[in-house]
Amino acid sequence: MAIPVVYNLRSVRQRWTSSVVAILGIAGTAGVFVAMLSLAHGFKATMMSSGSSDNAIVLRAGANTEMNGAVTLDDVRLIQDAPGIARDTQGPLLSAEAVMIAPFPLLSTGTDANVQIRGVSPKALEVRKQVKIIQGRFLKPGLWELVVGRNVSSTYGGLGFGSSVKSGGATWQVVGVFDAGGSAFDSEVWADASVLNQAFKRPENIFQSVTVHLNSPSDFQKFKDAVTTNPKLNVDVDREINYYNKQSQMLTTLITILGLIVSLIMAFGAVVGALNTMYSAVAERSREIATLRAVGFGAGSVVFSFTLEAVLISLIGGVLGCVAVLPLNGFTTSSINWQTFSNLAFAFTITPTLMSWGIVFALAMGIVGGIFPAISAARSPVAPALRGM
Amino acid sequence: MVRVDGSGTSSLIQVRGLDKKYSRGGEEIHVLQGLNLDVDQGDFVAFMGPSGSGKTTLLNLLGGLDVPTAGSITVAGDAITSMSRGALTTWRARHVGFVFQMYNLIPVLTAFQNVELPLLLTSLSKSERRKHVETALGVVGLSDRMQHFPRQLSGGQEQRVTIARAIVSDPTFLLCDEPTGDLDRKSADEIMHLVLTLVKDYKKTVLMVTHDPVVAEKADITLHLDKGALVESGKLAGAMAGGAR
Repeated sequence: MAIPVVYNLRSVRQRWTSSVVAILGIAGTAGVFVAMLSLAHGFKATMMSSGSSDNAIVLRAGANTEMNGAVTLDDVRLIQDAPGIARDTQGPLLSAEAVMIAPFPLLSTGTDANVQIRGVSPKALEVRKQVKIIQGRFLKPGLWELVVGRNVSSTYGGLGFGSSVKSGGATWQVVGVFDAGGSAFDSEVWADASVLNQAFKRPENIFQSVTVHLNSPSDFQKFKDAVTTNPKLNVDVDREINYYNKQSQMLTTLITILGLIVSLIMAFGAVVGALNTMYSAVAERSREIATLRAVGFGAGSVVFSFTLEAVLISLIGGVLGCVAVLPLNGFTTSSINWQTFSNLAFAFTITPTLMSWGIVFALAMGIVGGIFPAISAARSPVAPALRGM
Repeated sequence: MVRVDGSGTSSLIQVRGLDKKYSRGGEEIHVLQGLNLDVDQGDFVAFMGPSGSGKTTLLNLLGGLDVPTAGSITVAGDAITSMSRGALTTWRARHVGFVFQMYNLIPVLTAFQNVELPLLLTSLSKSERRKHVETALGVVGLSDRMQHFPRQLSGGQEQRVTIARAIVSDPTFLLCDEPTGDLDRKSADEIMHLVLTLVKDYKKTVLMVTHDPVVAEKADITLHLDKGALVESGKLAGAMAGGAR
């Protein structure tokens, strides 16, 4: 039979100063843990939302990013005849795109940061249904016009709606702002692909990727088979959502590993704090423990009781830590996307799952910090402790 | 009937050839040497002796809180000296009620919750436990202090809660380690009156360590610990007077 939980609850309250120290240590660690995970999750979510399950992306065979892709205009003409591509009255929903990076000054610091410029085709908005113009209009083919993602317009100088900006030896007019639903496109500047190639003195008929909108996600295999078996094409095809998932992996893994390292270092401190709290609890309550043992509670009950007490402390700490970082949810930050070497804005995304992990992490700290003092409590000789010796 | 010569045959508590040695600072201390004791149901025994004579050690051994170096202790047919630590814990819960000099109440639990502790180890339902606790606290005269915490009680009241905790599960015997040692004379008298009530009215078997001759006088017999063995020097009260000599 277990020692009543009320004993632990009241003991935690009675020894509130040392309990608070342990709780804060665990709360801080759990909070950092959740924040780091939410950063990685936010980055991944941003990248993942860039892809659509009914889009396919075509890259040069062997190219793992658009940055080192190369698709010729002849390739594009062959691709647009492949089966499975959705069409409207003007033809297939396809966007042959060129990507490059250019520096623009950050509004916050005035220093330059790389922005990804995507040269798109006129059908770009039909291909990427999640992208909506929220201010101004979409760019006109053949003109030196830009439309910018909503993060870009609020982050970089000279890229606000209506601004003129020099880049690649040309002066561009920002004619619109688009909302890409929190995806990576929100951190991009779009121009007409042909005009962009011309401005940056790149071969006119070379693109880096082709994104097509399929009739349905189930048409992917048909499209892929047709394109990859065409002897005139030397390309790879992937679902767009898979492509962006892969693009997110490096930085997501890096943030997660860094987060875990930071959290583990902090956890070491928090566990030491919990150990200290619980060892002093055991020392201060040696007579109580001996009394419980004398009355007939077994060693297992004592171990369970003191571990439970540590778990209670860590649970409070875990919940507190998770609640403390909740205001970060949705807070936008940016980082270099190592796949494109451009700045990518993304938001801390705190989900119930991540909070659960934070609490599990806190409980693990509590168990590690509580089990050894608990075993020590159960092993203490009863008779001397009864007399406070 | 209390005997110290090892001649009892069907006593409730039988102690035979009990030895206890301690090693302190490299020196071996022989606290109890070949001690014999027989205690029957309903006996009230007081143990006296100078500090360090082994009174509390004997009590700890009888209560299964410590193990002897040699010898045996049998309580109601259970040879407790051959039990494992785990089995001893279970046995204590069923057979022993402890009363300590410093009360040893759990400070964060109310009087009711303190008294209820031993019952948590039984299969009694919550309502049955409540009934038992209320009865025990009634016996010690603290029905109106059930929801008080130890810090809200006087020393005498705390000791009465301890006694209620000791008797609530109706153990085979009570072990009292200087139950009046931390109390003023008036409170000590009240506690001794309560202990005598338990012996006379509830037929409880009580083994008590005390330094106080006034307290020891209340017992049926007082045994002195001398050189690790028990020596009779007390008296048997009432009908048993003289029988234990």
